Amino acid sequence: MSRSVVCASDPSLPLSSPHAAANAPTKALEINGLYKVYSGGLKALQGINMEVLDGGFRALLGPNGAGKSTTIGIMTSLVRKSAGRVRIYGIDIDHEHSRAKSLIGVAPQEINFSQFETSWEIVGNQAGFYGLPRDRARRNAERCLRAVGLWERRRVRSRKLSGGMKRRLLIARAMVHEPRMLILDEPTAGVDVELRRSLWELLRRVNAQGITILLTTHNLEEAENLCSHATIIDQGRIIEDTSMKQLLARRQMEIFILDLQHPLEHPPRLPDFQSELLDPHTLRVSVKRSRGVNPLFEVLSERGIRVSSMRNQANRLEELFLSLLGGNHQHADVPQHAGAPPTPAA
Amino acid sequence: MSPREQWLSFCTLLRKEVVRFCRIWPQTMFPPVISISLYFIILGELIGSRIGLISGFHYQEYIAPGLIMMAVINSAYGNVASSFFGAKFQNHIEEMLVSSMPTWIILAGYLGGGVIRAVMTAIIVTGVAMFFTDLQIYHPGIIIGVVLSSAVMFSAAGLINGIFANKFDDISIIPTFLLTPLTYLGGVFFSIDMLHEPWHSIALANPILYIINSMRYGMLGVSDFAAVWTFLIIGVFLVIFLGLTLWLMERGTGLRT
Ligand SMILES: Nc1ncnc2c1ncn2[C@@H]1O[C@H](COP(=O)(O)OP(=O)(O)OP(=O)(O)O)[C@@H](O)[C@H]1O
Ligand SMILES: [Mg+2]
Repeated sequence: MSRSVVCASDPSLPLSSPHAAANAPTKALEINGLYKVYSGGLKALQGINMEVLDGGFRALLGPNGAGKSTTIGIMTSLVRKSAGRVRIYGIDIDHEHSRAKSLIGVAPQEINFSQFETSWEIVGNQAGFYGLPRDRARRNAERCLRAVGLWERRRVRSRKLSGGMKRRLLIARAMVHEPRMLILDEPTAGVDVELRRSLWELLRRVNAQGITILLTTHNLEEAENLCSHATIIDQGRIIEDTSMKQLLARRQMEIFILDLQHPLEHPPRLPDFQSELLDPHTLRVSVKRSRGVNPLFEVLSERGIRVSSMRNQANRLEELFLSLLGGNHQHADVPQHAGAPPTPAA
Repeated sequence: MSPREQWLSFCTLLRKEVVRFCRIWPQTMFPPVISISLYFIILGELIGSRIGLISGFHYQEYIAPGLIMMAVINSAYGNVASSFFGAKFQNHIEEMLVSSMPTWIILAGYLGGGVIRAVMTAIIVTGVAMFFTDLQIYHPGIIIGVVLSSAVMFSAAGLINGIFANKFDDISIIPTFLLTPLTYLGGVFFSIDMLHEPWHSIALANPILYIINSMRYGMLGVSDFAAVWTFLIIGVFLVIFLGLTLWLMERGTGLRT
């Protein structure tokens, strides 16, 4: 089986071109004043407002229990809202429920296909549920399974797939009916690094075809790499909603990891810089963005410290994210850091 | 969804349902064959030979229509209750709930699956019954009408059970404690005239009694009641059950949080 989920020889994905419709509304998703109180009284959403433009690639971020999946559940009609309004491409989900749903494809956080069916049956039936004719359903199913690298395994019962393969199957299933918007709830949790990168490629390609994507993830590197906009939600309220560029520009500090040529026994004293010796060969330094890195190198060379290589800390968003959440959270609530083991696929 | 798309989504669900019960045929199609064979051997051959004629028929002939209906009722109910609950339990009911297919198509697809399984079971057990006794067809229209309408009725009942069930035990309680007793007391093995009061009056409140008698009328031409009562009773239950399932599913009972 090919390890890559994106093959140059893949036929193009069976996604509809949103630009085909004349006067297409520019807002793919509009959420106004969305509240959700679960039976038992838990207030999961407390007045969410949010917009995603057609063709956008939006990250929906937030710690565990913030309300991301609840928001997605309401959009896909699995969760009943308590108040508020949701429109998909201008269609109110309360009024034209079926038409709104035909425009979105969802890959949920929890695995929700039959353990006894094969990937082929699962993806093909899903196309059928949306009313696609059998031959088109089969064609689309083939393209989607190929796109996520599961074509060779199409006859395998889903319970015999690995965790990462199951996640990819969810993505294939979400795309099979040619939706205009894809909603992906932690699509890469449990997917290995190589395949994750391939899935990123796939999602970029899908988005480049004009498909709007709403992605939740705890992998902030993923959000930074893929998404043009981010909405951060915490305790059922939106605390940030802006473009990724603006969000990143708000970072005060840039963090670098320096690999040292010669080991250090003690942390060096670098005035004006926060530093930490991670091990004798690795130094982490926070640099004010306004100052740039040149002064750092001057100080290092004054102290005779030679640097063999230097990189940005893997995730630039992470510090900002934590500061936005404002330290209200216990450690367990802090989202998983990039590079840490992925959360199980649940 | 256009009517054509609705039809295609219905066919998809129906095919999925048929594939499901065919895949597990040793659990779905085989048990009725075993049980009907045992009834014929024990009740028909061994005991029936000492009973003599009932309404002018040998005991095997007399019990055959009721046994076939028993298989129809159990398969329709069991198929929908377990398939729907299984889909809920494994969450793959969400595949349909998030799609654009309307609720009534989901309902129709599950009922269709129950009816197909019930009809297939009826055909198989009829084949088995023919091995033990000479079956007759007195009124084919009534046979088809009774089998189909009761299959829909008990499929809908199974769906209601599936909607409310939270664990696997919940889908076996009704068949064990309600359906089986009602079927046994519904005149599979006897004529209602054999019962003394108060049992005679109590038995008249059992809808399955009318269903089995009409099946017997369709096959043998004898019945304790006119078939019109059966269709009236099934009609009333159908309206109640279908209305209830549609309402429950639209509300999302047990499906949406
Ligand atoms: N079915 C439910 N019944 C009651 N409360 C629920 C239900 N589903 C979710 N919740 C609660 O609603 C809140 C929001 O949950 P939600 O699943 O939307 O969070 P999330 O942002 O997706 O979290 P995660 O990152 O862990 O997936 C949580 O406090 C959760 O416990
Ligand atoms: Mg979630």
